[in-house]
Amino acid sequence: MTAEDIKSTAEHKRAAPGAEDPQAAPGTEHAQAAPGEGLRAHRVTRTADGRVILDGVSITPAPGTTVGLLGPNGSGKSTLLRLLAGVLAPASGVVTLDGSPLAELGRRDIARRVAVVEQQADTQVELSVQDVVRLGRTPHRRAWTPASEADERAVREALDRTGLTGLARQSWHTLSGGERQRVQIARALAQEPRELLLDEPTNHLDIQHQLDLLTLVTSLPVTSVVALHDLNLAAMYCDQLVVLREGHVVAGGSPGDILTEELIAEVYGVRAAVTREGPDDRPHVRFLGTVS
Amino acid sequence: MTRPRLGLLIAAGVALLLLSVAVAITIGPADIRVGDVWSVVASHLGWGSSELTPIREGIVWELRLPRTLLAAVCGAGLAVCGAVMQSLLRNPLADPFVLGVSSGASTGAVIVVVLGVGGGLLSVSAGAFLGAVLSFGLVLLLSHTLGGATDRVVLSGVAAMQLFSALTSFVVMTSADAETTRGVLFWLLGSLSGVGWTDVWVCFAVLAVTLLVCLGYARTLDAFAFGQDAAATLGVSVARTRLVLLCATALLTAALVSSAGAIGFVGLVLPHAARALVGSGHARLLPVTALAGAVFLVWVDTLARTVLDPQEVPVGVVTSLIGVPVFVLVLYRTRRA
Repeated sequence: MTAEDIKSTAEHKRAAPGAEDPQAAPGTEHAQAAPGEGLRAHRVTRTADGRVILDGVSITPAPGTTVGLLGPNGSGKSTLLRLLAGVLAPASGVVTLDGSPLAELGRRDIARRVAVVEQQADTQVELSVQDVVRLGRTPHRRAWTPASEADERAVREALDRTGLTGLARQSWHTLSGGERQRVQIARALAQEPRELLLDEPTNHLDIQHQLDLLTLVTSLPVTSVVALHDLNLAAMYCDQLVVLREGHVVAGGSPGDILTEELIAEVYGVRAAVTREGPDDRPHVRFLGTVS
Repeated sequence: MTRPRLGLLIAAGVALLLLSVAVAITIGPADIRVGDVWSVVASHLGWGSSELTPIREGIVWELRLPRTLLAAVCGAGLAVCGAVMQSLLRNPLADPFVLGVSSGASTGAVIVVVLGVGGGLLSVSAGAFLGAVLSFGLVLLLSHTLGGATDRVVLSGVAAMQLFSALTSFVVMTSADAETTRGVLFWLLGSLSGVGWTDVWVCFAVLAVTLLVCLGYARTLDAFAFGQDAAATLGVSVARTRLVLLCATALLTAALVSSAGAIGFVGLVLPHAARALVGSGHARLLPVTALAGAVFLVWVDTLARTVLDPQEVPVGVVTSLIGVPVFVLVLYRTRRA
């Protein structure tokens, strides 16, 4: 899947927002094993209490890229991530990992490939940073056997990569919000995933930690799908953006193509000025007020 | 912070437990020394013969030894149940007694005894198991409907405990004779008086199996630290794990309640003490919790049967006197968190 594919799909959708065209979604033809194509959602639908949360959503992140999920509250970003993680099952449509439906894979097999970082993880259990990162080895370990050299190495590398080696023995409960998110990312890395799903990971962080965290995520050798609220962060760090509204994909493509004044007005109901003043000529959004 | 080796800890715990059992047996109205205990045990194992009178030998072998061993098994079993429930439900106040599982087991056992459905320890255990599963299911359903927060789980447990206590009293009052009516106190309060070797063996067998199952799930239990969804994304089959471990703890609770009644708060207190000692990794926590629970209940039962000598306080009364302040302390700490 290339940027052009996403873009063309998105443009089709934008031409007729809300209209359902069964041929519009790409990827449905890939329902057989296809190594290397990674994690994809094919026209997934999910309802809860009779309300439609997601309606025929497809996404096909290119391997190694960072895909940003945008959209107002309740647009279905978290639900889409939970479907991609295999924690929820779609009512219709299918999520595939290298072409195999998640429903046909074991939970352990999925967890060795796909790691998840939640918005705000917390625990009452007394754990050290190292203990939390070791949880990432759960899908790789068998009952009754001690940690292998590979387990220890993965934990060391995850701590090193996230700059947490010095905090390894510190208690989780003494950490700041930014440090906790880094620990969760280290835990996810210890799973040695090829796909990383993050649900608004910067929500409770100050601006420096927001930038640090997204710099870290985009530097990782994984395919990332990250739900974000902040349009400027999305513009700065994501290779591709997918915009959701009321369970539909309304746009998809590179930040420069997607983040326009019209789309922001349409999706968020907000007036904005979009310039090319972001890093690397990426778009920069300045909000002017709500659409009256 | 370096933690002591697990093998060393377990060896020390087993030594402490054996010593506790040996010393606890010597405490009581009949004057018996540790050496006497050893010679009686040795003679029953076929190593030499004891020089005690038959009556004193009977006190050791038929009364104090099974009672003390059952105290150890009950303490270990209840503590393990508490540790597993606390991790699985992410609730530091979970315990077979607080969640009403013990009360459900009591009701099941009493119905079998009073209505005479079948007979013998095994059918009483089966009745207790049905009651335990029923009340556990009720608590989980109630707390799930109420939103599943820590206090909701505990309140659901209170409701189940009240319901099943009332049912137990109702069954006894309407269908039992005076003798059985006195026995209801035994099931409501928990007591280790008058237990025999059959109780010890049945409970020990169930404990051994349950402990092995739980140890097999040790790493899986660790993965529940950040909640069910997080566990699922770490590759855990959440539904299967819950089913297996909740059934295992219900079964163990039922076996213990059939022999010793509903002894409260052991499962609440000991896992917290063990965590302070060895941290929260379950591969270490579960065996240490079991040993700590065993030593704890051996001494609490010794206290219960000697403090008002010649009268006996039900052991559940003493564990509640110790457990309630700890319950309040843990509740206070969850408020701050």
